Amino acid sequence: MTESGFNEKILTFLEKNSRLTPADLADMLGCPEERVRDAVDDLRRRGVICGFNTLINWDLTERDYVSALIEVKVAPQRGQGFDSIAERVYGFDEVKAVYLMSGGFDLTVIVEGRTIKEVALFVSDKLSPLDSVLSTATHFVLKKYKDHGIIIGSEVHGDERLIVSP
Amino acid sequence: MSFVTPKIQSLPYSGIRRFFDVANEMTGVISLGVGEPDFLTPWNVREEAIFHLEKRRTVYSSNAGLLPLRREISSFMSRRYNLTYSPEEQVLVTVGGSEAIDLVLRAVIEPGDEVIYHEPCYVSYMPCVTLAGGVPVPVETKEEDCFRLAPETLEAAITPRTKAVILSFPNNPTGAVMSREDLEKIAGVLKDRDILVISDEIYSELAYGREPHVSIANIPEIYGKTLVINGFSKAFAMTGWRLGYACGPADLIAAMTKIHQYAIMCAPTTSQYAGIEALRGCGRAVAEMRLQYDARRRVMRKGFLDMGLSCFEPFGAFYCFPSIKSTGLSTEDFCRRLLFEGKVAVVPGTAFGACGEGFVRCSYAYSIDSIKTALKRIEEFLGKI
Repeated sequence: MTESGFNEKILTFLEKNSRLTPADLADMLGCPEERVRDAVDDLRRRGVICGFNTLINWDLTERDYVSALIEVKVAPQRGQGFDSIAERVYGFDEVKAVYLMSGGFDLTVIVEGRTIKEVALFVSDKLSPLDSVLSTATHFVLKKYKDHGIIIGSEVHGDERLIVSP
Repeated sequence: MSFVTPKIQSLPYSGIRRFFDVANEMTGVISLGVGEPDFLTPWNVREEAIFHLEKRRTVYSSNAGLLPLRREISSFMSRRYNLTYSPEEQVLVTVGGSEAIDLVLRAVIEPGDEVIYHEPCYVSYMPCVTLAGGVPVPVETKEEDCFRLAPETLEAAITPRTKAVILSFPNNPTGAVMSREDLEKIAGVLKDRDILVISDEIYSELAYGREPHVSIANIPEIYGKTLVINGFSKAFAMTGWRLGYACGPADLIAAMTKIHQYAIMCAPTTSQYAGIEALRGCGRAVAEMRLQYDARRRVMRKGFLDMGLSCFEPFGAFYCFPSIKSTGLSTEDFCRRLLFEGKVAVVPGTAFGACGEGFVRCSYAYSIDSIKTALKRIEEFLGKI
């Protein structure tokens, strides 16, 4: 297996399940654990693997939770393009994701908070007043059906197959 | 009195079925016993079927199957396996690969004709040959040969009454595959003889070796006398849709279509529409499933080796076929005791032919977590016997 093919397999498995250990991956790929460890270290060092998150459905917990997708139009700055304003935006802890977009607006900003008021205040007090921000449109998420490739809150289906079949 | 013929009365139930009846009554059992994928049919395929139901496409199709589906099958066979079949004359859509096996045997067997097949193998060859009036001639494949069919073994079984040979690679239950070189040796035995080759390649998309799957029909001298049987169940996780196909010589396909026409009429239309989408739009989904199976295959085999059972490395399908000879138990006893004492269901190798004695079939069409739990239970069970 070529190194890029090997790395791609590691990434494919880890993208679905970041809890797999180097030992697990070594068994799955049929190679020494050391090779997996080296590959993952290298992928992290190069920033290919940026982090390991846990996907949580906060709606099933005691904690209040809201999230919103904010369409932001900005004035790009000479010599800096959109990067400088994006940096100003993603610095806030409330901001979970920022994407530069094609189309009718410039930045998608995903914000999370405990209450609608908290998110609204963040937009009015922190985001809108930024110099380069021309306008914002805030869309609150009502229900998450699928996130990061995982279907949320669907009933768990058991294995419906026969126990033994030819 | 019974109206049932003595032939059917003496036809045994499949060994799998007998075992299943026991296993199904129990609770808390982890199964490694299934012969079908754990993945769901990809959503684009299911969605396509729903769409066609909404569009009221619920009537019979032509006997041979929807022409657009036959065209897709023809294109798939060409693109994936470099095999050329005319959609109009050389492709028949069947109710699963199993119907195609039954059809071809009924189409070619005259009373007393012999059909050679290699064991351990899928459970329906022997009964289908018998039902068609033929004489089943099983030959052995051995662990030391990596469960490949040896050309000498085949040659020794051929008689003037030999009508057909059934090849089934990648193999259920062993997971064995045959390389092009292996197949060329078989072709050497068959090329100057009037023997039909029935190549059951239902697991062709699930091959994990360096070389992609090769069909014996890829060998020019054999192409014209080979019927390739394939289907959607394993590759696209579509077992319940009951959709398969056969590709081969036009006169044979025509004969099979005649029987199919009277016995079945046509494969389920909704499944056929779904099949078109599967062939067109599932390349990536199949690659993803193959990647997962490949990883599970390694985990399972390593598990058996680590607990001291010898296990030949399977390069196809989704089964490991470890040897349990070192336990000193017979295969039936091993499986029964593992089920009752260890709470793991595996299938006795003897369900796939007498030479399966000493082996058990373990499917890795399960999540890695389930496989690991099952392996742990098997290891604990081994410690107790």
